[in-house]
Amino acid sequence: MVYGTAAREFYRNELVGIRNDGLFKEERYIITPQGADIEVEFPEGAPVKKVINLCANNYLGLSSHPDVVAAAHDGLEAKGYGMSSVRFICGTQDAHRELERKLTAFLGTEDTLLFASCMDANAAVFEVTLGPEDVVIADRLVHASVIDGIKLCDAQYDSYKHMDMKHLEKKLQQFADKRFRMVATDGVFSMDGDIAPLGEICELADKYDAMVLVDDSHASGFMGKTGRGTHEHCGVVGRVDVVTTTMGKALGGASGGCISGRAELVELCRQRARPYLFSNTVAPVVVTASLKVMDIISETTERRDKLEQNTLYFREKVTEAGFDIRPGVHPIVPIMLYNAQLAQDVARDLYEEGIYVIGFFFPVVAKGQARIRVQLSAAHEKAHIDAAIDAFKKVGEKYGILGLGKKEIIDKYGM
Amino acid sequence: MADELKDKIREYVVDEYVEEGEDIEVKDDTPLISGGLVDSFSMVSLKLFLETEYNVKIPDEKATAEAFDTVNAIAALVREYKDA
Repeated sequence: MVYGTAAREFYRNELVGIRNDGLFKEERYIITPQGADIEVEFPEGAPVKKVINLCANNYLGLSSHPDVVAAAHDGLEAKGYGMSSVRFICGTQDAHRELERKLTAFLGTEDTLLFASCMDANAAVFEVTLGPEDVVIADRLVHASVIDGIKLCDAQYDSYKHMDMKHLEKKLQQFADKRFRMVATDGVFSMDGDIAPLGEICELADKYDAMVLVDDSHASGFMGKTGRGTHEHCGVVGRVDVVTTTMGKALGGASGGCISGRAELVELCRQRARPYLFSNTVAPVVVTASLKVMDIISETTERRDKLEQNTLYFREKVTEAGFDIRPGVHPIVPIMLYNAQLAQDVARDLYEEGIYVIGFFFPVVAKGQARIRVQLSAAHEKAHIDAAIDAFKKVGEKYGILGLGKKEIIDKYGM
Repeated sequence: MADELKDKIREYVVDEYVEEGEDIEVKDDTPLISGGLVDSFSMVSLKLFLETEYNVKIPDEKATAEAFDTVNAIAALVREYKDA
C-alpha cells in the first residue's frame, strides 16, 4: 500500500500540531448568496443564523448584483459553460479579449492578460520578466502570492521595511549593478488597509531606473476618484509598469485575475507564462459577468462613493465608541486587540450578536498585533453599520476595552 | 567579553528588521525567526550581508531558519564557514 502507516501518522500529527497551535481553520457554510445580510451554518449542523457580513471582499457589493447575475445567465446561454481548453489552443473567445481591452482602458495601462486568479498572475509575472541578472525588492508585508511568485523566479530577492522609503532607497542603491530592478508592493495591504506610497515609490524608481509592480487586488474598482486603483489614488496612473489584480474581490467577486501593464511585458507573459499556458481559460460565464461589472463601474462612481461614505461613517463611529483602530481611509478597518485570545473571543461574541467578523493573529499578522479585520461594502446600508457599532459597543464593554489604547489593552490581556 | 562579530550582526539585525517605533531589544539569544521578528523569506538580506561583509559563502542548505534564529547561531555559522 502506498499510503502507509507512516504517512498517515505523519499527516495526523501535523493536523494535531495545527490544532494545538490554535491555527486550525474551520469553514463556515453560507446558505445564501454573498451580501450584506447572509445566513450561516456554524458549526456544522448548528441552526442557520442570520448575520451582517463584515468580512467579505465584496467592496462594491457586486457579488450578487442583479445586473451581474443576469449578465452571467446571458453569458451562459450565449457562450456556454466551459471551454475545455487553455487560452492559446481553443480557449479564447471574443469576450476574453473584450474583457482584456476593457481592463486595459480602466486601469490606464497598455495591455492586459487574464489568468484564472491573481495568485496565478503573481505566480507568472516574475518568472517571465526577471532573470538571474535582476533583482526584485519587495515590501515586507506583500501578499503571500507575491512572495510565492518571487520564489518561482531566478532573480535575486530582497525586501524593504513596510512602506519605509529610506530603506527602499538604500536597497535600490545596493543593487545598482543589476540589469533590471523591480520594486514589488501591494497597492493596499490586506491586513492593515495601509496604502502604499506609490508617488514616492515611482519617484525612487525613476531615480534608480527600476520598474514598479503593484498587486492592486484590494483597490481595483474603488480606490481613486474613479475607482481605478491605488495608482489613481496616488496620482501615478501610467507610471506603474505592472498591475496585477483580481476579479475575485470588488470586481464581481467570482474568480479570475490579470497582469496589466507595459505592452511588451504583457505580450511576453502571453508567450511564456506557465499559469497562462498550462491552466484552463477563465470560464465564459465569469468573463461575461465581469464585462458587466466593468460597464457598471465605468458608467458611474456611485458604488465606490457609497463605499467611501460607509467607510468614513464606520471609522468615525467605531473610534467614538472607544476602539483602537489603525487610522486610514480604506474599507479594511483593523480593530486592534493585540492579544490573540482576546481577538478570537471578541469575534465569537460578535457572531453571537449577529455580526460576522474574523479575528486575525500570528502568524497571519505579527506577534502582539492581533486584531479583528472589518471590511465595509457598498452593499451595507446605514442600518447595517449602526447595528454593527451597537454590537461592537456591547462586546467591547463586556471585555472592558472601550477607550483603552495599545498599552492599556496589553497591560490587561497581555500580548 | 566583547564580541565584535556578534555586535555587528546584532546591529545589522536591528537596523534591517526592527521597524521604526518598535520597542524590541535584540539580545544574542533572542529568537529572530521563530520569534516573528524576521520572516524566513526576508532572511535573504541577512545572508547576503554576511556573505559580503565576511567574504564567506554559506551554502543554501545550511541557511536554515534554525541556523539563523539567534545572533549566537548566526555568529557560529559565520565562524564555521570563515574558518573552512
